[in-house]
Amino acid sequence: MQVSKFWRELPQRYRLEGKKCVHCGKVCFPPRDICPSCGSDDMIKVNLPKRGKIVTYTVMYTAPANFEIFKPYIIALVQLEDGTHLTTQLTDCRPDNIDIGMDVEAVIRKINEDGRDGIIYYAYKFRPVLKRAEKKLN
Amino acid sequence: MREVAVIGVGLTKVGHLFSESLRSLFSRAVRGALEDAGNPKIEALYVGNMSAGQFNNQENIAALLSDFAGLNGIPATRIEEGCGSGAAAIYNGYKAVASGVHDFVIVGGVEKMMDTTANDATSIISTVTDQEYEAFLGLSLVGINAMVMRLYMNTFGVDREPFAKFSVQMHDNASKNPYAQFPFKTSLDKAMNSNPVADPIHLMDCAPLGDGAAALVLCPKEYAKNFTSKPVEIIGAGHGMDNFIFHTREDFLSLKATRDAAREAYRMAGITPDEVDVVELHDAFSITAFLSIEDLGFVEKGAAGQIVDEGLIALDGTLPVNPSGGLKARGHPIGATGVYQMAEIVLQLRGEAGARQVPGAEIGLTNNISGFGASSYVHILRV
Repeated sequence: MQVSKFWRELPQRYRLEGKKCVHCGKVCFPPRDICPSCGSDDMIKVNLPKRGKIVTYTVMYTAPANFEIFKPYIIALVQLEDGTHLTTQLTDCRPDNIDIGMDVEAVIRKINEDGRDGIIYYAYKFRPVLKRAEKKLN
Repeated sequence: MREVAVIGVGLTKVGHLFSESLRSLFSRAVRGALEDAGNPKIEALYVGNMSAGQFNNQENIAALLSDFAGLNGIPATRIEEGCGSGAAAIYNGYKAVASGVHDFVIVGGVEKMMDTTANDATSIISTVTDQEYEAFLGLSLVGINAMVMRLYMNTFGVDREPFAKFSVQMHDNASKNPYAQFPFKTSLDKAMNSNPVADPIHLMDCAPLGDGAAALVLCPKEYAKNFTSKPVEIIGAGHGMDNFIFHTREDFLSLKATRDAAREAYRMAGITPDEVDVVELHDAFSITAFLSIEDLGFVEKGAAGQIVDEGLIALDGTLPVNPSGGLKARGHPIGATGVYQMAEIVLQLRGEAGARQVPGAEIGLTNNISGFGASSYVHILRV
């Protein structure tokens, strides 16, 4: 893969940058230039909340060729605290201790790599919210 | 707008056809359709194909296929719309004839998938999903379907059994179809206990990889009687779209593209869902079939499992679904699938479907979708 193809998506992948419609308030992830709800092109950058809930998930036992070595892995549809949805891998958990409705939080993880000498792809994954971190915040 | 009829059908058996190439498959389907139609002079070709570039390392295939199918010199166009490429070719050929631009056209579809390994083919199929926000993360088409199936089971309190029963029914039907990739029956036990692919989807919930080609001859209805005693008319056509990325959709348990396409097709045909005698729909996975049965308006949301359980989708049921065996057992040569669906409905309405004939079928419906319902086509036919 050309570096530029990955590089230009970094704001979305490293800090969950989306876009919000100034006209109607719709938040989009991934970002887009035209609001799908009202058609306005007045869109501003926003950072999405880093927490959400699992809407549904799957455990991938067969994988596309470049993900073979990671299987089985879990992919979830997550609803963030502001209502925006995204697709993500789950990490730091096993298939038997997750469920629909579980609270999850974003972390940065390695997604894949282009062979020995190529790019290493990092991006968001989500994990079950750590109980200990919760206490510290309170 | 002119009324349009199907006057010829040609198709190959679906399977791992190692002795056949992209061009040989397509020319066989075209020859079959021309012979069936009584060899009218064809004015244009529309061919659906998802990914000859990736499966066969061959682009520019409209020229290649028309040349090798003996149609050199007429306008030929390749149409790509993911897994819906076949129906997209039909829709465009239909519009060309309905509008009066052409009188006799061939619409076809071909996919030669087994020139790659199964593993590579799965990756190629996943290119119908978003490469930056779905496939990049390791999600594939089966993964999206699996997430929907889990949500569906959780929301409506359904277990895996009705889904497995659907697959068993598809194999029953395919056992009577000489063109099917899997012309044999299977058991509920085998379907329930097949290996997990993307939980809760198991192997027997999935359409296989396979090669195949199908073609139809379309012409104005007023000329059709000169070529066949049983022209089958296309009385409704609809094309719907949805948000491309699955997680940006409004409703995760409904295919908006199919609802929109169906509404348009029913309106045009002037019929309601209960008037449909036989259906060919897009069961890439058993969950896709359940959503399609509901979104085509045959039952309410969450009720597809019930009619499968009660056997109503069998050949002698009130809503015979996929008499061909569907994508699950007839096979799913991607860009050709939409054309296989209409070929089956034409054979059914002519009363030429042999052991899998739905008795007295007069109105049939086809539904071909791309990706997980990013787009959807519905066609309604009547004899």
